[in-house]
Order: sequence, then C-alpha cells, then structure tokens
Amino acid sequence: MIGTLTAFSDELRRAGLPVSLTETLDAVRATEALPLAGPEVLRAALAASFVKDVTHQRAFDTVFEVFFAKAPAPAPLAEPAEPGGGGERGGGDPPGELDAASLAAALADALSGRSDLDLTRLAALAVERFAGLEPNRPVGLSYYLYRVLRGLDLDGTVTGLLEQVRAGTIESPPELDQIEDLGLRRRLQREAVADRAQVLRHSIEAELARRLAAVRGAVPVARSLRRNLVEDIDFMHASRTDLGAMRRSLAPLARVLAARLARRRRLGRQGALDFRSTIRRSLSTGGVPVSPRFRLPRHTKPELVVLADVSGSVAAFARFTLHLVYALGSQFSAVRSFAFIDGIDEVSRIFAQSSSITEAIERVETEAAVVAADGHSDYGGAFSRFAARYLDAVTARSTVLVLGDGRGNYHPAHPEVLAGLARRARRLYWLNPEPRAYWGSGDSLIAQYEPSCDAVVECRNLRQLERFVSELS
Amino acid sequence: MSAAGDPLVRTRFSDAPSFSSPSALVDGLRSVGYLADEQIATVLYLANQLHKPVLVEGPAGTGKTELAKSAAALAGSRLIRLQCYEGLDESKALYEWNYRKQLLRIQADRPAEGATDGRWRSLEADLFSEEFLLARPLLEAISASEPVVLLIDEVDRVELETEALMLEVLAEYQVSIPELGTVRARSTPLVVLTSNDTRELSEALKRRCLYLHLDYPSLERERAIVLERVPEIGEALAGEVARMVASLRKLELEKRPSVSETLDWARTLVLLEVEHLSSEITTATLSLLLKHRHDLELAARELAGERA
Repeated sequence: MIGTLTAFSDELRRAGLPVSLTETLDAVRATEALPLAGPEVLRAALAASFVKDVTHQRAFDTVFEVFFAKAPAPAPLAEPAEPGGGGERGGGDPPGELDAASLAAALADALSGRSDLDLTRLAALAVERFAGLEPNRPVGLSYYLYRVLRGLDLDGTVTGLLEQVRAGTIESPPELDQIEDLGLRRRLQREAVADRAQVLRHSIEAELARRLAAVRGAVPVARSLRRNLVEDIDFMHASRTDLGAMRRSLAPLARVLAARLARRRRLGRQGALDFRSTIRRSLSTGGVPVSPRFRLPRHTKPELVVLADVSGSVAAFARFTLHLVYALGSQFSAVRSFAFIDGIDEVSRIFAQSSSITEAIERVETEAAVVAADGHSDYGGAFSRFAARYLDAVTARSTVLVLGDGRGNYHPAHPEVLAGLARRARRLYWLNPEPRAYWGSGDSLIAQYEPSCDAVVECRNLRQLERFVSELS
Repeated sequence: MSAAGDPLVRTRFSDAPSFSSPSALVDGLRSVGYLADEQIATVLYLANQLHKPVLVEGPAGTGKTELAKSAAALAGSRLIRLQCYEGLDESKALYEWNYRKQLLRIQADRPAEGATDGRWRSLEADLFSEEFLLARPLLEAISASEPVVLLIDEVDRVELETEALMLEVLAEYQVSIPELGTVRARSTPLVVLTSNDTRELSEALKRRCLYLHLDYPSLERERAIVLERVPEIGEALAGEVARMVASLRKLELEKRPSVSETLDWARTLVLLEVEHLSSEITTATLSLLLKHRHDLELAARELAGERA
C-alpha cells in the first residue's frame, strides 16, 4: 500500500497539486485506520489528506480512478442485469446478450428516469459493447470515449428525449408525476435528463480509465489523462468545458482578491520615515530619537481605463479580465472600459445598465460598435480613434490597461499614439495572453509598443491574471 | 507529532460505539438529526482516529457549523466554540492574565516596610499561577479533563498572524504560556474549523488539517434532509422541492440558495398547504430562496418562460 501511495502522491504532484510529505504520511495513516474500506470510503479518506483546495478535486478524481478503482467491474456480459434493471422493453431479452437495440432502449429508460438501472452499470455495459479496447494500440482514452459515445449515440438520445419531453409525448418519472403545472414539470424533467446524461458521461470516462489502467498500468494512463488545473488553463486554447470551469472559479477568485486588496489597503501602515516629525519628537527626550515617526502611506484607489481587444482570437481573455475588473469594482475609484477590434467604443455604460457582469459581457459582444472596417484587429487604428474621441478619459490619475495579443494584421502600428497615452496616464500596462516566446513574431506589434508601456505582462491563465491584479492597486 | 499511539494522550471518543467506523458514524449522526454522507462520516472518523483537526470549507448554509454541533451531541460532550472575527487576538482566543485579580492580590498582601526580596519572589510566583489565568476557548478546550469538541468558526475571518497563533494548538494540542510553561492537553479535543472561503488560508494551517469540502448536497441527500427536518411535507413534495432548488442553483445567481433556505421554503410550503409545486406558487415564494434583486428577477423570468 505504501508503495502505491507514494506513486499516487508523485502523480498528484505532477498533476500540479501541492503535495508535501505530511499529506502522504496522513494518507498512509488514514489507510491504516481504515483497513477494510470500500472504494468510496477510500476516496474520501485520501481526498481529505491530499486535496486542500476544492478546485483540485477534479484532478484528484482522475488520478484516483486510475490508481485505486482499477479492478474492472465484473464482466457485465456474463452477469445478469439487475432485477428489472433493463427497463420494461429491455427486460424481455436474455440479460447477458444486450444487443445494440436493447442497449439503446435501456439507455433511454435510464436517462428519462423510468428504470432504476444504475448508470455506472450502464456505463460498464456500453464500454464493453462499443469501446473495442485494444491494449497494444497506442491511442488515448479520448479515442475510446468518442467510440463509446458514438456507438451509444448519447447526444442523439438526449436530444430525442428532450424533444419528446417538450412535446409531452413521454411519461414523466414517478417523482415528478404529480406536478400539475405542465411547464414546470417539463422543465424539471428536461434537467433531470441532462443531469443523468452528464453522470453517465463521467461514468463512461471513469470506466475507460479503469480498464486502460488495468492493462497498461496506472502511471502511464494517469500521465495521458493529466489535465491542467483550472488556474493553469491557457486562455487561448481553452475548450468549452474549460471555459465553463474557469467562469465558475472566477467569482470566488474575485471575492478572495477583493478581500486581499481591501485588507492590504487597511493594514499597510508602514510608510517612509517622517524625518521632521521624528526630530520634533526627539526634543522631549533630549534630542535622542527614541521613537521614530513614520508617514502614513497614502493608498489611493487607482482609476482604471481598460482598452480590450475583443476580436475572436483573444475574446476569452478579454472577457475574463473585464469580468475580474468589474467584480473588483469597489477596489478602484472609477473604471471606464473600451472595447475595440478595428473601431473602438466605450462599453462602461453597458456595465452600468446591466444587472449582472455576465449579462454585460454578453451585451458587449453584440451591442458595442467595435468594427469599423473589416473586423480584423487594427491596434494602430483603434488607438488613434481612441485618442481622437476619448482622450479626456485618461488623466494623470489613470492606470491604463491594454488587453490584447498585439497582432495588428499588418496594419500600421502608430506606436506614437500609445506613447502619447502613456505620457498622460499614471501607468500603462499591457496584458498579453500570448506566450512570451511568440511576441514579436509575424504580425505582432508588441515590440513596437513595449517601450511606451510601464510593463508588458504575460497573462496566459487565471493564475497570472490573479497575480497581476493583486499587484495593481 | 501526537501519533495515534501516544500514551500521554487519551484517544478521544474511542469508547463511544458511534465513532467505531464511518458507517456507524453515519447512523449515529442520523440519530442526532444530521444526515451525513459517506464522505463526511469518513473524514470525521479519521479526525477522531488520527487526532487531526478537520477544516471544513464550502458555501454558506451547507451545514458546516451544524456538523460540529452534531458531533458534540453524538459524543455527549461539551462544545467549545471560538467565533472568529477580524481583530481577534491572543487574549480573546488563547488566554489572558486576570489583571484586576492580580492587582487585588498585591494590595491584599501589601508588604510591610522593608519587604525582603524573598517575599516579593514568592508573591511573583503566586501572581503568575493558574489561579490568575483566564482561559479563552482554545486553552479551555485543551485543559478540559474530558474530551470536548472544539469549533473554530469562520477561521477565514482572522488575519494571517492570528491564524499562526492557532497552529501550536492544532498540531501539538498544547499552549505555551511564557510565565507558566507549556500547558499540554489532558485529552485531545476533536477540532472542527470552518471557512467560508473568503480568504486563502495559509499552507501551514491546511497542512495540519484534514480537509472536507461541503458543497450543496446531492438531489437525494437534500430530499432526505428536507424529509428529516420538515417531516410534515410528504415524500412527493420533498422530492419536488429538492429538484426545484437544484434547478435554481444552475442559474447564474449571485447567491445560490443554501440548504437552510431550502428548509425555510419547505416549511413555508407546508404552512401554505401546498401539495405540489407550480410555477405560480414558486414565483410567489421565491424570496425565501433568493435574496438578491437580480437573482429574483432572473428566476422569475425563467419560471415565467415555462408558463408561456
């Protein structure tokens, strides 16, 4: 067990979790205290020792699946399905010989909540039937996942069921049967289907991971499944599920950041030595400066002016940064924001009018007049238009943030305009979601703009964004 | 390190049958009205076995504080609570010298003219004895003669420096008092810390604790909680309530409804003699679940959409 746990904690460390020796020792003692633990108890015991941050739970679960749940579920084809499990229609078949048709029927029944066939069991059946695992072929889990989902036609079944629910041609599961309000019943019914489909998808993934680990060994499979922690996902390459996870982690991140900024403003009382006051005080002690006096630091809340490139390639980055800036609104004395592609438009009013930040950000993409010509980013043009129309927004108290990758599609750069802005502003920072190594290659204009900026900051993921924002005020 | 086999420290609640295994704990907690799942019971069991504090994190209103109270009720032991707030310091968390009493002691024993050094020394030794010590929750929990449950509530509200004060208590179950020496625990308390996640806690604190994230409960568990706490509601409506609340939590809300709000809502539905949910009744009672204007508007809009 200790050997497995050491390998397990090594793998967690490689997946990015901060695992120290203490955590591993705790896990060892936890498993000793629970000698006869079932898989769920073991999972809880190890999670309590290793996962100290809820955003790490997903990474932990993946590794756990591969290392500890590795005994594959008993071969489902040889075993009878649970009593009554195949649903009314599937029940007639010899249970061991589920063909594609009865599996589809069982799937529909299970998803709509009409049978109590366990979803993990259904996942095992589906994997058995459709994955066609070949231990020696060097293909990843996603390939098999794709095969199973296609064979099972999960998406198609879900769409079909939702359609049936909408049309009211499907009976509702018993627990919702008695709601007379049809609209409400159907809404809850649709959500129940979607929830179950999600659980099934996870079960299939877990089942595949288990089976692959059984033939290939835990460590290589865990390596192939290694995913970035939410705070390390690259803005430019995030998938849709990644973006969802990042959006969910943004609200707590903003709360933590706001608390940190407010606390620092309140507690940062150690200013520079106040020489005059120290000498004056020293007179009462015969000229010996017994107690030095310090100036109270003046913490000014910065005034923010955000210029965000919202063109397709960097839209996700701009969205996250705007979200964070507005969620921290109380930490700045004023925020004005401008969106640009090749035209530029002020979007502060959209944020003022919307009831939530999420809504505002959606409206920015549809309502702001950000395209002047062809809809490709033109930094030089956008800066010139900004300087012509909104120059008063930038004063000696403003901190200007430019969000963008600096790829101007070979339009002229006009670095002198940005230099002019930088001279007016207190500070000018450029946040770039591209890896530093790519700066200056191709149509990147960063090299021309960099001299006018106080700093150009690489901001590829939430971790870097958080670090920058917490140093901003 | 206070290992499990440390002869100096009595295993806490080891003789209580409810603490003998995770599944016994699930049953035990149910008997005091707390529906724990396997994960919660396992962590609590390990905390008791390994003598480690549990750090419980999660959104407000998911039963973090309740867990500590129920554990105390189950073990039949005293619950000592330290409510954290900004500005909490040593003298409120650990101990304080009873300054007034010390002063009285000096005055009562005013030395006659020409007092000797010896008398002063005995007085001094006397002044800094346990008699003049005011035990605050942390010290109280440690010096208790029987095992207790110590609840450190909302630990994320104290500053980083104060958090460090607790480390000695949490890891070694002892408190060092410079004038008096080290007070070691006679029996280790079962420590539960809760946090609402408003601040990243220090690595040092996290390392000393087992971690439990209490999220909103699953559909089935929430239904069971509703049935347990509001038994008049009936199976059918409880299921509908749980499903509806889960559905509301999926919306992009500023503050998602917590378990305690679900229970308030369930009680209201019982009072209104509702048998089954409808969008009208849900919209009319929505303010029990959602507390922000924007959230209310959003949910009402969603529900109205279903009616059309």
